Amino acid sequence: MGVEVLAASVDSQFVHKMWDENELMKMVDGGVPFPMLADAAGHVGSAYGVYDDEAGVDIRGRFIIDPDGMIQAMEVLTPTVGRKVDETLRQIRAFQRVRETGGAEVMPAGWEPGKKVLKPGPALVGRVWEVWKPSDA
Amino acid sequence: MAEKAIGCARPTGSVVGAPPAEKGESASPGKEETHVSGILVGRKAPDFIAPAYHKGDFTQVKLSDYLGKWVVLCFYPGDFTFV
Repeated sequence: MGVEVLAASVDSQFVHKMWDENELMKMVDGGVPFPMLADAAGHVGSAYGVYDDEAGVDIRGRFIIDPDGMIQAMEVLTPTVGRKVDETLRQIRAFQRVRETGGAEVMPAGWEPGKKVLKPGPALVGRVWEVWKPSDA
Repeated sequence: MAEKAIGCARPTGSVVGAPPAEKGESASPGKEETHVSGILVGRKAPDFIAPAYHKGDFTQVKLSDYLGKWVVLCFYPGDFTFV
């Protein structure tokens, strides 16, 4: 898919190293494969609207950024519930397909590779129901 | 990525192009508001530079170095927490 992952929390890079070596390597062979950013004081989180200044932590925000540096998707959860990686991958595949087709194809709700895409244009106005059903989602 | 000389001089990340934070200013609510309002899908992702740990090395990550690639940027509350 050609996607780079960056993770960030307010912990220092030194704590990231200890966490990777002492716990994450026991979950993932070889440890975390992507950079873990140190965002002490939450400067980066603040810029993305995900720094909780009362708690002093970056909340669980996830941003998909395209090759032009534009934010295509964001998801923000409170700390108690984790993300679903498959959903992030689905969204990236959908945005990549839109980009490859220059926007000639758009991805309806529930789209996954192999499912029906829509081709926006005058002919489709008011006729989406003919080519796409909720059961396609 | 080659290891760069990262000491304690840059303990935190910062937004590229942002003026150096004045003492105590980063906690000001007015400033947070300004930042939050800039975040929208379809808009430019704020550029930043931050120290990082990557596969045994300490490095620096600058978002704009990733132009031309898809990036997933994930924030999380803390190391050694549960979820």
